[in-house]
Amino acid sequence: MAEVIIDRERCKGCLLCVSFCPKQLFTLSDKLNSSGYYPVKIKEMKECSGCAVCATVCPDVAITAVDR
Amino acid sequence: MRVFERPKVLKDKVFHYCPGCTHGIVHRLVAEIIEEMDIRERTVGVCPVGCAVLAYDYLDIDMQEASHGRAPAVATGIKRVLPDKVVFTYQGDGDLAAIGMTETVHTAARGEPLTVIFINNAIYGMTNGQMAPTTLLGQRTQTTPYGRNAAKEGYPIKVCEMLATLDGPSYIARVSVGSYKSILNARKVLREAFRRQIEENAYALVEVLSTCPTNWGMKPRDAMDWIENEMQETFPVGIFKE
Repeated sequence: MAEVIIDRERCKGCLLCVSFCPKQLFTLSDKLNSSGYYPVKIKEMKECSGCAVCATVCPDVAITAVDR
Repeated sequence: MRVFERPKVLKDKVFHYCPGCTHGIVHRLVAEIIEEMDIRERTVGVCPVGCAVLAYDYLDIDMQEASHGRAPAVATGIKRVLPDKVVFTYQGDGDLAAIGMTETVHTAARGEPLTVIFINNAIYGMTNGQMAPTTLLGQRTQTTPYGRNAAKEGYPIKVCEMLATLDGPSYIARVSVGSYKSILNARKVLREAFRRQIEENAYALVEVLSTCPTNWGMKPRDAMDWIENEMQETFPVGIFKE
């Protein structure tokens, strides 16, 4: 099973992962992080295939992709 | 199994860059390459003046800050005194193509064994978006509010094409980080640039077409698409000398 782990404190909500995810799994969360940004979250983790496109395009290196 | 994780050469610090700025991607690629080639203990980086001035806060290797535009000169000194070190500079377009053009051209002409990473975002990012030597014709900036006009402000400087005419450099390439595929290609090219220095003791320069969503006034994804669709017409991606 694949999974992505998002570091909420690093994320600046630039939405690049939202637009690049081939399955459109990302969305903005409604809670601010300590820098004042709305970080992204995953809508449905079960759908994730672990392709790591999101992690590759993330400019803040906030995403870790895991394949179990 | 971890498919993708943060390279250990990147310090555990949040980047100060604006949301969506691709400096972070290039930092990560450099960190990954240093880790992969196992050269962390013998790499010295030289920082520019510009947005990436604080790169030494993020890369966990030996770093030296140079005064504006002088990174290739400082790197030349380091490499000549410590020839077994891997020395690279990381410079923006204001640093490399404006104030530091002399150092850039002469370091390339001498064929100093350095790796130069040139971030081209067609604007002065740190000082709020004035025209850079690489600003495209017609592009609006703070100092060209009606678009860059060749009659008044001249034409954009194509650094790769210019340096490729010299005999000194061994490898001159231009890559982009405007799409997933481009990022994978950028990684390959950057790795080759480091390999040239280590194995062939030669000069290599990689120009990276990068975004500046804040000063371009675009959303991060639109800025990435703008690199792929507009910027590459003036600055074609490819290998100019190999």
